[in-house]
Amino acid sequence: MPELTLVEAVNLALARAMADDEDVVMLGEDVGVNGGVFRATAGLQQRFGPERVVDTPLAELLISGLCVGMAAQGLKPVGEIQFMGFLYPCIDQLVNHASRLRNRTQGRLTCPMVLRTPYGAGIRAPEHHSESTEVMLAHVPGLRVVVPSSPERAYGLLLAAIRDPDPVVFLEPTRIYRAVKGEVEDDGEALPLDVAFVLREGRDVTLIAWGAMLKETLAAADALADEGIDAEVIDLATLKPYDEETILASVTKTGRCVIVHEAARTAGFGAEIAALIAERGLLSLLAPIARVTGYDTIVPLPRLEQHYLPSVDRIAAAVRKTVRFG
Amino acid sequence: MNDTSASDQDFPVVARFEVHRRAYLAPDGSPLRALPSFASDKNLLLELYRGMVLTRTFDLKAVSLQRTGRLGTYAVSLGQEAVSVGVASAMRQEDVLLPSYRDNAALLWRGVKLEEILLYWGGDERGNRFSGPPHDFPFCVPVGSQAPHAAGVAYAFRLRKQPRVSVCFFGDGATSKGDVWEAMNFAGVWKLPLVFVANNNQWAISVPLKLQTASATLAQKAIAAGFSGEQVDGNDVIAVRAAAEEAIVAARAGGGPRLIEAVTYRLGDHTTADDAGRYRPPEEVQARWKEDPVARLRSYLVARKLWGKAEEERLVAECQERVEAAVERYLATPARAPQTMFDHLYAELPEVYAGQRAELGQARDA
Repeated sequence: MPELTLVEAVNLALARAMADDEDVVMLGEDVGVNGGVFRATAGLQQRFGPERVVDTPLAELLISGLCVGMAAQGLKPVGEIQFMGFLYPCIDQLVNHASRLRNRTQGRLTCPMVLRTPYGAGIRAPEHHSESTEVMLAHVPGLRVVVPSSPERAYGLLLAAIRDPDPVVFLEPTRIYRAVKGEVEDDGEALPLDVAFVLREGRDVTLIAWGAMLKETLAAADALADEGIDAEVIDLATLKPYDEETILASVTKTGRCVIVHEAARTAGFGAEIAALIAERGLLSLLAPIARVTGYDTIVPLPRLEQHYLPSVDRIAAAVRKTVRFG
Repeated sequence: MNDTSASDQDFPVVARFEVHRRAYLAPDGSPLRALPSFASDKNLLLELYRGMVLTRTFDLKAVSLQRTGRLGTYAVSLGQEAVSVGVASAMRQEDVLLPSYRDNAALLWRGVKLEEILLYWGGDERGNRFSGPPHDFPFCVPVGSQAPHAAGVAYAFRLRKQPRVSVCFFGDGATSKGDVWEAMNFAGVWKLPLVFVANNNQWAISVPLKLQTASATLAQKAIAAGFSGEQVDGNDVIAVRAAAEEAIVAARAGGGPRLIEAVTYRLGDHTTADDAGRYRPPEEVQARWKEDPVARLRSYLVARKLWGKAEEERLVAECQERVEAAVERYLATPARAPQTMFDHLYAELPEVYAGQRAELGQARDA
C-alpha cells in the first residue's frame, strides 16, 4: 500500500468520489488550474474538466451558496474554502440554509454538500490563517462536522462525507497535512461518520482529541507509558453529532479524562464533552476532568503560536495531575 | 498630476451602457404602444388578471387572520401582484423558482395551494412541502441569500445540459447585499440560465430606495456583471410578462442571465408586524394607488370589452369562496406531533439524538 500524506489522501478521496459519481462537483478559489493552495485538488481539473472542477470568483459566501443550490438539484458539490479564517461569510448559508433545507421543506429538498477547509494553527501562516473555530459549526443542528487526524481517516471520512445525504463541514488539520504519513488503499471504502475511533487502548486515563492535536496527544501517551501511565486515546473524528457512548464507555473504564483541543477554552467543544461526562459519567470519575486547550486569546501570529498550542508537555502534565489526584 | 479629468483629456471611452424601461399600459389602462403578441391571447390576459385578483383576495384575508390571532406575521404583496404573476406566467413547470417572502402570487401561479401558504405563515413547516413543482425553493426570509442558490441551480442545469431556467426574486433592499452581487457576478462569468427579478417596491421596511443606493437604476447593476438589465413598469403585468418571457427564452437558449428591475410600489405595510405610517406619509401611498396593477389591467380589459361588471362580480365571489375554503382547511389542520421536529433534521436521525426525541415525548405525556 502506498504511503500518503494527509493532503494526498484528501486528493485521492476527491478523485475517487469524482470518478465514482458524476454528480460530484468541486468548486472553490484556485482549485482548478492551480490545484488548490495546498494542492488538495491537484490534477482534478485536468482529469475531470473545468465544469466539474470549478475555479470560482473570489467569494466565499457564493461558494457555500452555490453548493446549496447545486445540492438541491441533486448534485453533490464539494466546496473548498482556502482557510477557516475565510469561512465566516459562509456561516449565513450554513446556518440559515444548508443545515435546514431538509427540515424547512420537510424532506422535499435536501442538501448533500460538503464544505472543506484547512484549519488550525502551527504552520507559521499569516493572520487569519490559523483559526480553529469548529465549535461554532458544531453548535448548528442539521450540520455534520468532521475532522480527520490521519491520511487513512482523511480518505475514509471524506468519502463518507461526500456520500452523506446531508451537509458536512470537513475540517482538514493544516498542521498535519504533510507532517504525517500513512498507508492508504484506494479501495473506495468509506469510514463511518458520527463514530469516534479508539486509537490506543489504556486503563488509567482517557485522552480525547481530534485533528492535529492527536499528534501531540499520542506522543504524550507514549511518553506517559514510560512512566507507567496507561492512557486510552480517542479520536473524536465527528464533532457533530458526536459519539457519546464511546466517550462514556472509556471514562467508565478509566475514571479519568483529559480533553485536548487547540481552540480557545471557553465554550470550546471540550466544555460539551465535560458536560456530557458530568451528566452521565460523574460517578465513574476518580478525578476532575481536565482540559488542555488553546488560551482564551486571539491565536497569536507565528512568533508566539507554539506557546498557544497545547504541547506534549502540557498534555502530559495535565494527565499526571489527573492520574495522581486524590 | 493635473486637475483635469480623464474625459477632458481625450482618453478613449472603453465602455458604454444604457438601460431601457419597458411599459405598454398607462396607469389608466390605455396602451402606450403596440402590445406584445401574447396580449392577443384573451385567455392568457384573463388568467393574468385572475391570478392578481386571487392574490389580492388571499392577501387581505391573510391579514385579517393575522389580526385575529389565527396566522403569524405575514408579508402582503398589495400593489405588487403584477411582478410575481407576470414573471411566473412566463416560466415552465420544470424551471425553478427561488422566491423571496413576498412572492405569494408566483407560488400560487405555479400550483402551491392557498392553505399551504397559510400553513407556512401559520407556523408549520409542512407548508413548504407544497403542491407546486417539487424542485421549487420555499420562501426565503434572509434577504437576498437565495441568489447564490439560484446560481447553483442554474449551474446544475448548465452542467447537465438541461434546457431549464432558474428564476430568482428579491427586493430592492437585497441589491445592497453581497449575496446578490456575488450570484450575479458568477452567473455572468458562466453565462448561466438564470433570470434575476429585482422587485423594486421603493421601500425596504422603512428605508427608501435613495438610502439604499445612489445607482440611477437597479437594472444597471447587471452591466457590471457582464449581462443586460432592463427596467419594466412593474405595475404593468403585460410589460413584466414580456420582459420575463424574453429573458427566460434567451436564458433557455444559452444566452446567459438577465436582470429585470420591476419598478412597483409597496402599497401595504412591510408585514403585519409593521406600521408604515411611522415612516411614509399616507398621501404618498394614496398617490400610488393610481398606479394599481389590478385596476390597470381591468381598465384595459373593460375598454376592450373583454371584461365587465358581471364577470368581475363572479370572479370576486369565486376568489373569496376559494380563499374561505382554503382557510377552513388550514384551520382544520392540526399541529404535527412535537417529536416530528426531529424527523427531517437529517436523512436518518443520528442515534445520539434518539434520547432527546424520547425525552420530548415523555415531557409531552407527563
